[in-house]
Amino acid sequence: MTVSGLLEIRELSLFRGARQVLRGVTLSIERGEVCALMGLSGCGKTTALRATVALEAFDAGSVDVGGFRLQPGPVPRESLLSELRRRVGMVFQAHALFEHLTAEENVALAPREVLRSARSDAGARARALLESLGVGGRAGAYPRELSGGEAQRVAIARALAMDPPLLLMDEPTAALDPARRGSLGETLRRLAAEGRGLLVATHDVDFARDFTDRVAVLAEGAVVEEGPAAQVLASPTHAATQELLAAKPRT
Amino acid sequence: MTLLAPLLDGQEPATLRWGGDAEGGAPFVEADPADPSRVRGFDVEVAETIARGLRRRPVFVQVQFQQIDASVERGDFDIGMSGVEDTPARRAEHAVSAPYFEFREVLAVRPADADRYRRLSDLAGRRVGTLAGTIAYDMLLAARTSHGVVPVSYDDDVHPYSDLVNGRLDGVLLDHIIAARAVKRSGGFVIQPEPAATGRYIVVLAKRNAPLRDRIDGILLSAMRDGTLEGIYRRWDVWDEGQRAFFARAAGGQPQGAARAEPAAKRPVLETVAAYLPSLLGAALVTLVLSCAAMALAVAAGVALATGRIYGSAPVRAAFTFYVELVRGTPVLLQLFVLYYGLAAVVNLPAFVAALLGLGLNYAAYESEIYRGALEAVPRVQLEAARTLGFSEGQILRLVRGPQALRLALAPMTNDFVALLKDSSLVSVITVVELTKQTAIFATNIGSWVLPGALCAAMYLAMSLPLSRLARRLERRWGSAS
Repeated sequence: MTVSGLLEIRELSLFRGARQVLRGVTLSIERGEVCALMGLSGCGKTTALRATVALEAFDAGSVDVGGFRLQPGPVPRESLLSELRRRVGMVFQAHALFEHLTAEENVALAPREVLRSARSDAGARARALLESLGVGGRAGAYPRELSGGEAQRVAIARALAMDPPLLLMDEPTAALDPARRGSLGETLRRLAAEGRGLLVATHDVDFARDFTDRVAVLAEGAVVEEGPAAQVLASPTHAATQELLAAKPRT
Repeated sequence: MTLLAPLLDGQEPATLRWGGDAEGGAPFVEADPADPSRVRGFDVEVAETIARGLRRRPVFVQVQFQQIDASVERGDFDIGMSGVEDTPARRAEHAVSAPYFEFREVLAVRPADADRYRRLSDLAGRRVGTLAGTIAYDMLLAARTSHGVVPVSYDDDVHPYSDLVNGRLDGVLLDHIIAARAVKRSGGFVIQPEPAATGRYIVVLAKRNAPLRDRIDGILLSAMRDGTLEGIYRRWDVWDEGQRAFFARAAGGQPQGAARAEPAAKRPVLETVAAYLPSLLGAALVTLVLSCAAMALAVAAGVALATGRIYGSAPVRAAFTFYVELVRGTPVLLQLFVLYYGLAAVVNLPAFVAALLGLGLNYAAYESEIYRGALEAVPRVQLEAARTLGFSEGQILRLVRGPQALRLALAPMTNDFVALLKDSSLVSVITVVELTKQTAIFATNIGSWVLPGALCAAMYLAMSLPLSRLARRLERRWGSAS
């Protein structure tokens, strides 16, 4: 393994009651790389992301985020996780914006309260981030006033405001029309070009082919196929990948 | 102890605090129609006579008739007297003065029944009303066993007679001066000449106050001998030959005669309103201050209960849940009684403080459920997003969860405040005179609920309508926020 790894997941296993949700998942992300974690609904994509950001406990294996290591067992107290929080950001499928705050306040809140940035600095940086994501004009809008695409870009801006080297995204294209999907893809490429690593859980084959470097296919809690996106999606070797391609909606 | 200490030092206190019930209290104790902040009646003058004998200044304390004994024992006032009867139970539990008035229990019936209902034994299967907690009530309970009479208890001595006239009752058994007063006020019934029993009024004191009782006995005895009491009774039109005989037996002397004065006559409506309005406004202020203070306590304690039940350790959660269920599962009236009378031996809370604590701690349980529900209603995914951004649990509660929960809770909180405003009327049971109690006193004094009821309703609405409107506005503004 390379030393530049932003994320090293090794042999990650997770049970919910008697059911094993993850079966020894191994995965790594490097700087400048966009990786798609693919699979049909219920294959464990979201669970893998949640375990990576310590929202869920796991039972075996390890998660290493830029040198911060999570061990099996109960989720550590939040006060012990500040290193992890600084190194990885997460964009949820249901964008999870704070409903009582405007777009700008959503983005500026964590820098202000966690990093103790000056109010004016945090506000200016939030507006710049929203501008760079094409929603600068919506800075004063509340989440309930935003469209799905706008809300998602605000959520990305909120995660980026803490400047994490690694960004996880859960089904980012779910709420987007094709044109918006393209612009989201370009945003991801730009973030990778800045030197960040991105892990994107998705079942959107076209999106993965067009905008990611590498694909890892998850089936029944295990990685069954992994490689460069173009190669894996053009000539899949595993039945699960073929099924995923067959399920792709015709556009 | 505070009452006794000056006596032990050999110093006389400056005031004699005496408790009585001015609600329907004529001719014993009633609010003075000329100045409702003052009281008048023959008991008032007897109390003044006692105070004069002790060289103290009399101070009246309003207390519900049924609570006089408990209140005097817990030290709310030095002596209790407004038609307090001489009973064996009272003699056993408290210090009791020599009797100062002898009354007859008389039966009142509708004129058409005058011939067939002459005594209690004629009223088998019939409803007979009286005042709760009196000898008359005990007599009715005995008559239920012996003759099948149906006793009906009232909290005042006015409504039994109106219910007799309108047919809800077939008889009323009460003290002859109460019956005579009721005949004069409304009529519509007759009083049977044959008394069912005789009884005596006394002054009741706390058991520990026996030395003061002995001095009062001396004062009453000399007031019988020198004609002071006869003068008072004649002024209030309650003197008769029976009283003279009673005095002769009690004091062994010939009381002097005294001039007789007419009690105040009926007054026009507007004048009556003008006379009572200040005391009603004062009582409304008590209601408002009590409600606001109790709500502030309920909000603070409710927030603590709700956060403790969500974030606390298992024992804290269990304790808080028990508190909430206990308070919500028992009547607030019971809680008020326990706080005020039940705990009197441990901590002697002033009535207003007990009222504030009782209402506040009761509503805290309900508020905490609102807050808990509101906190739980904030979507979990927002809390998780906040965690991934590096917020501490405290910051999440303060910056993300709390503010959104507050928006959800504000409208139901305002509704609760309106409910609290009305529930505050319950505290009259622990002797706090607020708007409803003052209205009842007013109504019983003038013998009609129409005007006092309308005034009282207007005052409650003036306080609650702005709050209801505020609740609706908040609901419109924030109802769709989350």
